[in-house]
Amino acid sequence: MEFVRPTTFADALAEKAARPQAVPILGGTDLMVGLNAGHPPPPALLDLTAVAELDAWAVDDDEVWIGAGVTYRRLITELGTLCPGLALAARTVGSPQIRNRATLAGNLGTASPGGDTHPVLLATGAVVEAASVRGQRAIPIDDFYAGVKRHALAPDELIRGVRLPIRRGPQQFAKVGTRNAMVIAVCSVAVALDVARRTVRVGVGSVAPTPRRALAAEDLASGLPWDGGPLDDDVARRFGAAVAAATAPIDDVRGTAAYRRHSVEVLARRTLAWALADLDRSEAWDGMTGRSEA
Amino acid sequence: MRVTLTVNGEQRTADDVWPGESLLFTLRERLGLPGTKNACEQGECGSCTVLLDGLPVCACLVAAGQAQGRTVVTVEGIARYPGSIAARNERGADGAAPTAATADGSTLHPVQEAFVAAGAVQCGFCTPGLVVAVVDLLRTRPHPTDSEIREALAGNLCRCTGYEKILDAVHLAAQRLAAAGPDAS
Ligand SMILES: Cc1cc2nc3c(=O)[nH]c(=O)nc-3n(C[C@H](O)[C@H](O)[C@H](O)COP(=O)(O)OP(=O)(O)OC[C@H]3O[C@@H](n4cnc5c(N)ncnc54)[C@H](O)[C@@H]3O)c2cc1C
Ligand code: FES
Ligand code: FES
Repeated sequence: MEFVRPTTFADALAEKAARPQAVPILGGTDLMVGLNAGHPPPPALLDLTAVAELDAWAVDDDEVWIGAGVTYRRLITELGTLCPGLALAARTVGSPQIRNRATLAGNLGTASPGGDTHPVLLATGAVVEAASVRGQRAIPIDDFYAGVKRHALAPDELIRGVRLPIRRGPQQFAKVGTRNAMVIAVCSVAVALDVARRTVRVGVGSVAPTPRRALAAEDLASGLPWDGGPLDDDVARRFGAAVAAATAPIDDVRGTAAYRRHSVEVLARRTLAWALADLDRSEAWDGMTGRSEA
Repeated sequence: MRVTLTVNGEQRTADDVWPGESLLFTLRERLGLPGTKNACEQGECGSCTVLLDGLPVCACLVAAGQAQGRTVVTVEGIARYPGSIAARNERGADGAAPTAATADGSTLHPVQEAFVAAGAVQCGFCTPGLVVAVVDLLRTRPHPTDSEIREALAGNLCRCTGYEKILDAVHLAAQRLAAAGPDAS
């Protein structure tokens, strides 16, 4: 087994092209668990933590670019205003020790149905930047998840970063687990409102083979109180039911399919209500960019 | 492979490191620093907590090669960590909180003393990781509330104490550090 430690992204791509079997490592919080447990070691570890350009984020027009190496810690402390849903999800990941190391790209690389960033990336319409020596391509998040712990990257590709719109309205995230920390979600929901377009997007986790959107629930957007006022009980109920109907849960050690279907429905209603309450509170959702000082 | 890093203020080199090896293994088995404990190797228990470039991490989840050129502080070095009481004493500062000498004459960090004084150590297996995590907590939040402590220590499991004495120890350490002055932690 080899340990390869490039210091530029170009070198990292060249290494990955030269040995597609090499496994990239960032925080190691998924990978090292397996290696410590004696899983067969890959021929090489491709350490990306010395690639400084991945450990950065930037605002570009109405989008935020988040480099592959940005940790949950930084999502929480630096991106809470621009990407509130992602920061909320990041706060629920593991423990401080985990959040100090683990990354967004690592969550995508693992592509677990229960990964906490996935519902938010789906709800905000993120794009994954996949790069190789052949060039770079943008994979819409809706096309990224290919099956249980499978994704759309080619063997020679690395995730360079993720792009997502600066918030266009309130965003919420919630998950169910047995503790308030250190839990993989039994189910999770992210909701993102686009105030200017009057649309809502919903992502769910741990309730299907892959993270997925709840499209039928999104179709209920026109019934939401965009100009303020209470959420109609019937709309809330239909929204929750539509989210539950979008799932295909299983029984496993963390919960039964029936419990997941029930709890995801409850979470969907709650996160929608929280997001609408935020809408009431904020005075300045500045059109498309959603820049709000509220 | 060879890994060179700074551990507790000293440049150290480990040879014959297996590329899939954890920093925890390297520290304990190759660098003679068994203070950092190995309990789960899954990131769940926090007994392997060290400061990597100043941030608490699970050493069991860091590949040793990722620590190349980086700075690590383990429980063995926490009392000498910059800003500690011991560092103040070396600078001849007055008004330092009481420090205790261990059998080998080294000095304890006020957080370690508080753990002893509060009865927060039973079998002691979780203690090194907790001490490192608490030193970091008090550096960023000198007067944490109970819920802030619980959140900061959510990744450190203890099978013995029931955590109440650990919370007492954190409050005691916070008081003593506050009494000792602004750069004591
Ligand atoms: C104690 C503990 C608690 C946890 N709690 C949670 C939780 O609450 N929620 C949650 O979602 N997850 C949790 N996790 C899982 C893990 O922390 C996350 O999935 C994290 O985002 C992984 O990031 P990483 O940087 O550590 O990934 P790594 O372990 O470094 O890599 C993970 C995978 O991504 C691949 N990869 C890494 N970088 C790239 C890249 N640039 N391009 C392509 N592929 C890449 C790797 O090859 C590997 O397959 C937990 C893990 C532990 C140990
Ligand atoms: S040994 Fe590292 S967290 Fe348990
Ligand atoms: S004192 Fe025994 S595990 Fe904490």
